[in-house]
Amino acid sequence: MTRKAPSLFDGKIVGPAIADSFRKLHPAHMIRNPVMFVTMVGAILTTVAIFTAGAERGFIAQLALWLWFTVLFANFAEAVAEGRGKAQAAALRKARSDTTARRLLAGREERVPATHLRKGDLVVCEAGDVIPADGDVVEGIASVDEAAITGESAPVIRESGGDRSAVTGGTRVLSDRIVVRVTMEEGHGFLDRMIALVEGARRQKTPNEIALTILLAALTVIFLPVCVTLKPFGVYSGTVFSIPVLTALLVCLIPTTIGGLLSAIGIAGMDRVMQRNVLAMSGRAVEAAGDVDVLLLDKTGTITLGNRMATEFIPAGGVPVSVLADAAQLASLADETPEGRSIAVLAKQKFGLRGREVAEPHAQFVPFTAQTRMSGVDFPALNGKPARKIRKGAADAVRAHVESLGGSFPQDMVRGVEDISRAGGTPLVVADGRDVLGVMHLKDVVKGGIKERFSHLRRMGIRTVMITGDNPLTAAAIAAEAGVDDFMAQAKPEDKLARIREEQARGHLVAMTGDGTNDAPALAQADVGVAMNTGTQAAREAGNMVDLDSNPTKLIEIVEIGKQLLMTRGALTTFSIANDVAKYFAIIPAMLMATFPAIAPLNVMRLQSPSSAILSAVIFNALIIIALIPLALHGVRYRPIGALAVLRRNLLIFGAGGIIIPFIGIKAIDIIIATIHLV
Amino acid sequence: MRSTDWLQLALYIGALALITKPLGIYLTHVLDARGTTWLDPVMKPLERLTYRLMGVVPEKEQDWKGYTFAMLLFSLAGCLFTYAILRLQHLLPLNPQGLGPLSPHLAFNTAVSFTTNTNWQSYGGESTMSYFSQMVALTLHNFASAATGIAIAAALVRGIARQSATTLGNFWVDLVRTTYYLLLPICVVFAIALVSQGMIQNFSPYTKARLVEPYKVPVEKKNDKGETVLGADGKPVMEEQTIDEQVIAQGPMASQIAVKMLGTNGGGFANANAAQPFENPTPLSNFLQMLSIFAIGSALTYYLGRMTGNQGHGWSVWAAMMAIFLAGALVCWWAEASGNPIHHGLGVAAADGNMEGKEIRFGIFNSALFATITTAASCGAVNSMHDSFTALGGLVPLFNIELGEIVIGGVGAGLYGMLVFVVLAVFIAGLMVGRTPEYLGKKIQSYEVKMAMLSLLVLSLSILGFSAWASASEWGLAGLNNVGPHGLGEILYAFSSATGNNGSAFAGLTANTPWYNTTLGLAMLIGRFLMIIPIMAIAGSLVVKKASPPGAGTFPVSGVTFTALLVGTVLLIGALNFFPVLALGPIIEHFLNAQGTLY
Repeated sequence: MTRKAPSLFDGKIVGPAIADSFRKLHPAHMIRNPVMFVTMVGAILTTVAIFTAGAERGFIAQLALWLWFTVLFANFAEAVAEGRGKAQAAALRKARSDTTARRLLAGREERVPATHLRKGDLVVCEAGDVIPADGDVVEGIASVDEAAITGESAPVIRESGGDRSAVTGGTRVLSDRIVVRVTMEEGHGFLDRMIALVEGARRQKTPNEIALTILLAALTVIFLPVCVTLKPFGVYSGTVFSIPVLTALLVCLIPTTIGGLLSAIGIAGMDRVMQRNVLAMSGRAVEAAGDVDVLLLDKTGTITLGNRMATEFIPAGGVPVSVLADAAQLASLADETPEGRSIAVLAKQKFGLRGREVAEPHAQFVPFTAQTRMSGVDFPALNGKPARKIRKGAADAVRAHVESLGGSFPQDMVRGVEDISRAGGTPLVVADGRDVLGVMHLKDVVKGGIKERFSHLRRMGIRTVMITGDNPLTAAAIAAEAGVDDFMAQAKPEDKLARIREEQARGHLVAMTGDGTNDAPALAQADVGVAMNTGTQAAREAGNMVDLDSNPTKLIEIVEIGKQLLMTRGALTTFSIANDVAKYFAIIPAMLMATFPAIAPLNVMRLQSPSSAILSAVIFNALIIIALIPLALHGVRYRPIGALAVLRRNLLIFGAGGIIIPFIGIKAIDIIIATIHLV
Repeated sequence: MRSTDWLQLALYIGALALITKPLGIYLTHVLDARGTTWLDPVMKPLERLTYRLMGVVPEKEQDWKGYTFAMLLFSLAGCLFTYAILRLQHLLPLNPQGLGPLSPHLAFNTAVSFTTNTNWQSYGGESTMSYFSQMVALTLHNFASAATGIAIAAALVRGIARQSATTLGNFWVDLVRTTYYLLLPICVVFAIALVSQGMIQNFSPYTKARLVEPYKVPVEKKNDKGETVLGADGKPVMEEQTIDEQVIAQGPMASQIAVKMLGTNGGGFANANAAQPFENPTPLSNFLQMLSIFAIGSALTYYLGRMTGNQGHGWSVWAAMMAIFLAGALVCWWAEASGNPIHHGLGVAAADGNMEGKEIRFGIFNSALFATITTAASCGAVNSMHDSFTALGGLVPLFNIELGEIVIGGVGAGLYGMLVFVVLAVFIAGLMVGRTPEYLGKKIQSYEVKMAMLSLLVLSLSILGFSAWASASEWGLAGLNNVGPHGLGEILYAFSSATGNNGSAFAGLTANTPWYNTTLGLAMLIGRFLMIIPIMAIAGSLVVKKASPPGAGTFPVSGVTFTALLVGTVLLIGALNFFPVLALGPIIEHFLNAQGTLY
């Protein structure tokens, strides 16, 4: 499930965001964004200049107004991005209403507020109870409604031991009784962290964001002397550049567009991850996801459907295939395992054999046991039909069985079994009495579309490594079918960790998914570790993301979001810097026009008047922030077409476009200004 | 814009492209402490002896701080040494003209100028410098400052190429090997080639020649004390003086000119620099000099490709440099060929464009090309008067310098300057491929961005700050011989040239004053060392990083797209800063000229 993204300018978000834009004018907040801080100082200087100005008062007042708008628009962008997170946080908060816990103390139950729970306490939860804190189930099994955090209404099973023992505070027990050992105290729980994360309250700048902030601040510092030195140069040239005009030039040159949208891009990136129902523990993790170039994927559940399926019947010499299919189906009717069901289904699909009633008269089903390693069905002799003993099982088990009955294992079947094994499948031999009827080919079924997904990843520059406990032969066959780049067969959890370290030592960034406690070290070591929400508490703690849907394929989407986030930053930075060209051509001729009318040809946009030119540039500079908010929040579209093609495309759109668009925009604004006689 | 000129342009670029690879490969041997060259039999013993005398252990490499410190120490010592010689010139040998000591500020300016590979000359060579000063104090730096630049570039390239290391090489080894195996041998050959063209190489006193046609010039009348006699109107009284002989300067020219060009020093032996007939006797000498200015800088891009294992990257950087160079050369050539609009208005336009301030022997094209090359590289040698170029023609050299001389650039300096832009291009555009920015597999993070931006800030702050100060103060205006936008252009050119360590001058500015000598000296120091320190910090930060292997998602740093991106970054981030002040200077001058106003 994906959470519905609130529409971009939802009234519930925009209202408070406007108020927030003003609240964010506080210098302590503004100083965190050097570009906008300088803009605000410029706005203040220009506002002051209104009072000392003479004839130009109207022009300066408009300049000041638009400079303030520039600052407010940037604040608004951030506030809108935060508002979207806050809306989600509010929904989450509802789940965390004051809960009373039933604490077990020396075998006695007592009722205490959830806030009083300490790490290690045991609490009892029965049907209808809200689980008071994060913890591990130590006793019992229960179905739990986790809709509060996952948005998924279908209940999930939580039981002691194993990989499904973690429960989250704020979720509700629907049936049965469990005892939970508290692992997180109130305020530090999963839900609390989630709220803090989506609200952006604890948002810290990511490494790349810090580097970009430095670049933007440095550009601002470079443009400052460019504008300040114009004052003495003006004195030399016999012209006076006023403070408001120099401020306008400065604000237009410094990268206000990206400066104003940078934090919104970061917040929106986290938000997009959240909409996919993935909880990223930090923005850093999302950023790292964009850099990942090796994915370690568990075979089961990610690449294959998780169960082996019958795909083929290979009859023994002289046996019609329909006989084999019929016998196989009979032997599997009572077999509720996915493999068994797949045999019945295949027989039906291929030979139109109807799944007979399980209550086939007198049939005696023989379940699988570890001793016989076979299952099947026995029919007593009835109505003239002879008694039948149908068995299916591993080749060596069936061989021993038929030989014990005096039969023999045909040579062609030995070969058939070998062929299947070599192809990575599992052979399952069917015998009726002492006759071997044939062998069935059971194999892992690769998920539909996964091959395309991997080739898509390859084009993104990401290598996929399949991890499986299968033998190398089987693993190789599945790897080839799924189109992964590499595989690790007979992998133990330690091997995963070793493999990650090895890849990292070669300079790769590795992402993986995991759910079990024994995955925890690998999850912690990976650059991006996505823990399944169904996993253990240890796994969820170790990873830097939690997938609330517990869908291992989600990793691919996360990588795309990470890339999108970085691309959006780069695109808007490029756009912002490229914009300067047009602004120079608007403002510089305007500044010199009074003293040097000869400069007129440099006014390539043919703007109406110096005042109108400067005002147009400043207005464009402010409005472009608003215009780009949707792009900042949705992100630049990512296409897996290889780095070079992506670069070319984006350079064309945001680099070349960044040079051309402001020429058009400024000219358009200038025409409007002239039409309504603003200056 | 004649077809023969086009042919020469093609020939020039072709020749440059041809020498880039062999010289680049040779550089990889020279810049490897264990490298071998065919000069080993001659130079190896000398190299070993030098290490022993200096107490250098060649195997011991330095980290970025050690390397930078060694470079600063060496530069400081060299600077003080030169200062001392210039101040004591009258007491030292090889001074047939009996020239006196330099003033403290001129000696400071000159010592700094040669130490920083600027070779800004506030003096006229033949009337100020003894042969000893030229050969010891100045030529020493022509080699040392060039070798220093190459060493720094090599250290930065090692920082990029090496992985998980800490050291960047040994400064002393790079310095010695570059001098012995690269500069000295090429200079010997080059000097001989120049002598073959008619360049002089002697220790004779200046020759006096009787003029065939004596002429009279008005000069200010002086009294016995050497003071100017003023008339009743307060103006100097003029009297006629007959000129019937000419002093022709002599000296060991070829040896200095070879390294002046090859090491992008540019400090002329004669005041007229490469326009003086002895200093640039023939079209071939002119061509060779232009080629030698770009030779090492161009080869260093090949070295970059070789060392980083990505030859395409080296060529991409080269192509970006060439693209900017060609654009500049064509604009300059076109502007000069178009000539002076006022001449056109008067109907006296010369068919061959603006010949003012140009040597007839070289004409429009070779003057424009030389001016573009000498400012694209941080050479500063001139064969024409840049001050006399048309406004747009003069804008090109100024613009080249303000870009930071990264178009081939000064030996070494051009490459490390360009790599700053590469780092920035990779950082900004690298994000657009959806990865955190990587340069050849190494992450570009806050520290590198901070240092790269610092070096750009230093450049623009020094040029704009000093120019603004000069243009608004009495000492600054006192030196101006022209007014209006052209005067501003002259001030701007002086501080750009000093900060960019170029050394060419727009002239028209009397720079040999205490104020100008001091501020220009400071600008040179800032432009050299405050640029190098952050760049070495980048090298130090990159060298410890691990490179991630290239893949389909890796940012491509070779090919046409990258070249275009690099050019765009240079123009947008490097050049736009100067647009406002250029508008007040050459650009408005251009429009005013078109309307008939001259300055």
